[in-house]
Amino acid sequence: MNLLEIEGLKLNIGAAEILHDVSLDVKRGEITAVIGESGSGKSMTAYCVNQLLPRGAVAAGHLRFDGQDMLGLDEAALCRIRGRDIGMVFQEPMSALNPVQTIGAQVAETVLIHRAAGKAEAMAIARETLNRVGLPEAAFPLGRYPHELSGGQRQRVVIAMAIALRPRLLIADEPTTALDVTTQAQILTLLKRLVAEDGMGLLLISHDLGVVADVADRIVIMRKGAVVEQGSREEIFAHMRHPYTRMLFEASSHVPARRAGAKDVPILEVRGLVRDYTLPKASFFGHAPKFRAVSGVSFALKKGESLGLVGESGCGKSTLTRAILGLEAAQGGSILINGQEVRAGHLVPRHLRRNMQVVFQDPYGSFNPRHKVARLVAEPFHLLDDAPKGAARSEAVVMALEAVGMVAADADKYIHEFSGGQRQRIAIARALIIRPELIILDEAVSALDVSIRAQILDLLAALSERFGLSYLFISHDLSVVRAITDRVLVMRAGEIVEEGLTEEVFNNPTHPYTRALIDAAPKLEELMQ
Amino acid sequence: MLRFTLKRLFSLALSLIAASVVIFFGIEIIPGDAARLMLGINATQDAVDALRVQLGLDQSMVARYFDWASGLLRGDFGTSYTYRVPVAEMMQGRVWVSLPLALYALLLSTLIAFPIGIIAAARRGSWADWLVMGGTQLGVAIPNFWFAMIMVQILALKYQFFTAGGFPGWEDPALALKALTLPAFALALPQASILARVMRSSLLDTLSEDFMRTARAKGRSRRGALVNHALRNAMIPVLTIIGLQFSFLIAGAIIIERIFFLPGLGSMIFTAIRQRDLIVVESAVMLLVFAVIIVTFLVDITYALVDPRLRRRR
Repeated sequence: MNLLEIEGLKLNIGAAEILHDVSLDVKRGEITAVIGESGSGKSMTAYCVNQLLPRGAVAAGHLRFDGQDMLGLDEAALCRIRGRDIGMVFQEPMSALNPVQTIGAQVAETVLIHRAAGKAEAMAIARETLNRVGLPEAAFPLGRYPHELSGGQRQRVVIAMAIALRPRLLIADEPTTALDVTTQAQILTLLKRLVAEDGMGLLLISHDLGVVADVADRIVIMRKGAVVEQGSREEIFAHMRHPYTRMLFEASSHVPARRAGAKDVPILEVRGLVRDYTLPKASFFGHAPKFRAVSGVSFALKKGESLGLVGESGCGKSTLTRAILGLEAAQGGSILINGQEVRAGHLVPRHLRRNMQVVFQDPYGSFNPRHKVARLVAEPFHLLDDAPKGAARSEAVVMALEAVGMVAADADKYIHEFSGGQRQRIAIARALIIRPELIILDEAVSALDVSIRAQILDLLAALSERFGLSYLFISHDLSVVRAITDRVLVMRAGEIVEEGLTEEVFNNPTHPYTRALIDAAPKLEELMQ
Repeated sequence: MLRFTLKRLFSLALSLIAASVVIFFGIEIIPGDAARLMLGINATQDAVDALRVQLGLDQSMVARYFDWASGLLRGDFGTSYTYRVPVAEMMQGRVWVSLPLALYALLLSTLIAFPIGIIAAARRGSWADWLVMGGTQLGVAIPNFWFAMIMVQILALKYQFFTAGGFPGWEDPALALKALTLPAFALALPQASILARVMRSSLLDTLSEDFMRTARAKGRSRRGALVNHALRNAMIPVLTIIGLQFSFLIAGAIIIERIFFLPGLGSMIFTAIRQRDLIVVESAVMLLVFAVIIVTFLVDITYALVDPRLRRRR
């Protein structure tokens, strides 16, 4: 008997059937990974196991945990199982913890709810569990609050809460998606170690094949609420019987066809750029301390070139972008756009600003939901002194939309009518409309499913060739940067630590930090060979 | 936390100084002469001038400000132009009506609002939620004096559980509280309606937070998660409203004071404005501002107690 046996599981929310005949097993001491794109039902399958379903959701079929039929249990019985026998880890460590309680209290809570120990003993168990997940007492006393910890540290606290009572099954729903590559590798290692130590089963949910390829014993591929293929990791990687599985693999490591067309003239030059932030004053009369987010960064971006900028969260890459876009003035150094200098203390003026456009990460948050697409796409026209009006304006909107593979009729719709991938196309159309020479792509494909991401990368490659665009491609995802850029900058703590041709940097990293980043990144290609 | 408290105390002192300047000069620049008003239209210019000297109105505005402000620090609020008695004396009796009334109303408002707001949020979409939303909509819309009139009609005149008005003083606290009960209820009902709606929406926001799901995954029941994780997180907007309501209640009770014949601050300020008794207006307003600033301070401290993230900043 397996630890978790799911057979013919169906899930209905209202009239819609979300899951169709899902069957999968998790064995003790093994990691079963469920892979799928958004809408595949992978998370819903996980939530069926501990019955934390949205209102109005009805599950049917067989779902046996350690021989017990979970679907037949009442709420009180489920509460006894959750946290004690089945632990759960979530995607967003920033919001998964209660901000007003100490980490000690929150880990001890798992013990106290199930009356497994008295208060003092529960705190002792919390301490021991936090030690186990790599948060030693010296640096992480029980009295710490979540806001005093980094994302990776918070995820360790969430894991500690889940394993405090040594459950038999752990469910992890995209546990590393919100984390940096090096942190991601550490959390995966931790999960793997805990599974081995406690002999528990792990149901690992992810959209990223690369992440689970290293750790999973079994892989289940899901699509649109159904399982398309499953088997041991070796089987899946060796055969890839289902075309969807193959497509997922290919899209994950997709490299768009590009021609190197960089001229030797720089469109953008950054010289010794410094960005300081003023921190809150420590005392009323004292000087406000400063934090140097970008310290003396210099680089050049040639016309027609695609330049990558990689670094982990907090390294200053977004701050650098904001200075280049003229959203904030620099405190030192200068920015040259088409050879014209903008000195520190000045914002980039309008006539230079119109050479640059930006595409942001979040395709949901970066549009005003009350405007129609035509108005959204035409927005950058305010940078022009002689912006087209009337028919010429509509024509420009249609041309921009068609350039990114949308149709003229889309101009009359609102943004909520589009999917994430379509929205990102519209964001690119908005960037294209005033024919800039440089587009800054700030994590522009990070929130997209792998198949959509591959399409957008192809689109970017084609547009670059057609309009002679230069890209500054900012991302934490090394495989994407490798696929789409000619040269790459590696940034750490406000400084550029390595710079070079993309292939050279990836094949022969010289700086130890670059090496650490590349080692931590999931390597799908190697597994496929 | 100590550092945070000291910082807030410092800004409290600054607020008080700024408020005193604004209040004093704001009222002084209003045209009209207190001496002329007191003596009436037929008084001779000599008599008016003599009174001006007697009242200190011939001195410069700045000198009078420092006179007034230093008096305040000693607890001397000046002398009423109209009644020729110390303002402090006039206010003393009235503060002990207005302040307890405001606190009583606030207590009632909180006691009514919290449970119904929490029930409405916990059972969103149920008949209980529907009832709370409908009831509080009415409560917000209907003015408090209507509640006052209805309660007097039924509870005082028909069944005679309460007196219809007047205040017997604090010699017998039970009797005093009884006299304040109907006015406090009348004041509390609209406030409770607002507070309940804020409580409900704040709690609904919190209930959809990720950490609520975490609590459920640990084995908390729906109710346990609400009590242990949602309530404290939902308190910040509620505290803000409670602070604002107290400020309103302490001086905004004038109509209710009139209906129940209560000798409160609202009625006194109203009379003083009509009689151009500026020194009374200034001092009373200053007192109210002082009360509001103290309440704001207390609310700030409570914020920090509720949410550890606020302790470091500001």
